[in-house]
Amino acid sequence: MKRVLTLAALVLAAGSFTSAASAQIAAKAPDPALVDAYMKSTFGKAPAEWQARIEPDETLKTCNAYHNEVPSAEADKITARELARVVYPGDGKFLGNWKEGAKIANNGRGGQFSDPPDTVAGGNCYACHQMEQKEVSYGTLGPSLTNYGKDRKYDPQEIKNAFTKVYDSQAVFACSNMPRFGVNKVLSEQQIKDIVAFLFDPESPINK
Amino acid sequence: MRKTVIRSAAAAILVLCAGSFGIHAQDASEKEIERYREMISDPMSNPGYLAVDRGEALWGEARGTKNVSLETCNLGLGAGKLEGAFAQLPRYFADADKVMDLEQRLLWCMQNIQGLDTKDVIARRFSGPGRASDMEDLVAYIANKSNGMKIDIPLSHPKEQEMAAVGEALFYRRGGVNDFSCATCHADEGKRIRLQGLPNFSKPGKPAQETMGGWPTYRVSQGALRTMQHRLWDCFRQQRWPVPEYGSDVLTALTSFLQKQAVAGELNVPSIKR
Repeated sequence: MKRVLTLAALVLAAGSFTSAASAQIAAKAPDPALVDAYMKSTFGKAPAEWQARIEPDETLKTCNAYHNEVPSAEADKITARELARVVYPGDGKFLGNWKEGAKIANNGRGGQFSDPPDTVAGGNCYACHQMEQKEVSYGTLGPSLTNYGKDRKYDPQEIKNAFTKVYDSQAVFACSNMPRFGVNKVLSEQQIKDIVAFLFDPESPINK
Repeated sequence: MRKTVIRSAAAAILVLCAGSFGIHAQDASEKEIERYREMISDPMSNPGYLAVDRGEALWGEARGTKNVSLETCNLGLGAGKLEGAFAQLPRYFADADKVMDLEQRLLWCMQNIQGLDTKDVIARRFSGPGRASDMEDLVAYIANKSNGMKIDIPLSHPKEQEMAAVGEALFYRRGGVNDFSCATCHADEGKRIRLQGLPNFSKPGKPAQETMGGWPTYRVSQGALRTMQHRLWDCFRQQRWPVPEYGSDVLTALTSFLQKQAVAGELNVPSIKR
């Protein structure tokens, strides 16, 4: 009984430490108007469309203020807000063509000021994730996705979750480092379906 | 020399034979890259030193409407004093009432001391085939005069403190179509993009010291000497942010923050990198 209490106290202490640390980050941050003035001096000449892209929405404002280490109450607000932004396929189908998904996962083009404006963006998944075994050039910012579908027994609910995660990562993890590909219109619904198929098709090399 | 090559080749083979091919092949290739870096870090074979020589000539060349050289430009330690100046930049300059990095300060001196129209200099801020950059050459020359010295930026003036604090906020500011900030890639240990290792700048220490101690650098892949202004420009490109204005305050703020994380790191520049 005593041990349980001690444990509970420890958990509470850990919890308050985290929020104290987050509060500290928020407290010592410079005035947002000052930061905006710096932003204007450096990016103020960029086209309006480009400037709009670096204007943080409510979710990013919270992530920025807490250096992505959000307290749980804020995290809940973010996941609820972002989940409401996910647009699921009208036909109820989440799986596209895994072969197309494999190409999208390997394509890092799009969105850079050096890209031609009509560039079709890729997902650039390999920059951060291990995927199919034979590709050795993979990044480690995100978890390994090898055997993703097989490990989840190709469960339909997991397939839907994967679509949600690619469409808007923050609907699942508040302040996730992963881009919100659907919400930010980097990838189309079809491209996201193709990536989900790359993860979940039993024929996909990810599951081999 | 030959013995070292044979030994490292043998080590590479041992590593290759030991289990999981991908990871160990990567360790071996990283070792080879390290060996290559050592071989070319010799000043006699680093093309970055050609920029140092060009920069020296530019520093002493009379230019602008006033037809004078930059030799009376004060980079923080007194008029014309170059030794150690780069190790203490960015810093506050009372005459401009502004915290400046080396490139902003050089532009200020060109305009105010030489009466030089800097439009052309800024147009050539990054060199390309058949297009030399005065800024890259001057930075190479001046930064080289801090070799062997430790990074030690002043943070006593309120504007210097503001610059570093805004730099930290900007380091964590997410944006662009992929919601990326500097921290997305540079706030954790031992991470990489594809096979490229990523230094952690979220806390003071070795990764920041080694990085900031190695800029400006000669980029082999670009065949050019590059400064921190170019490095940050390229980071913003990869972050999917808009083009940052050359010599502007966000870049100086980030440089101040990175220098703060790198304090006590030793400068050895121009270095040579991929």
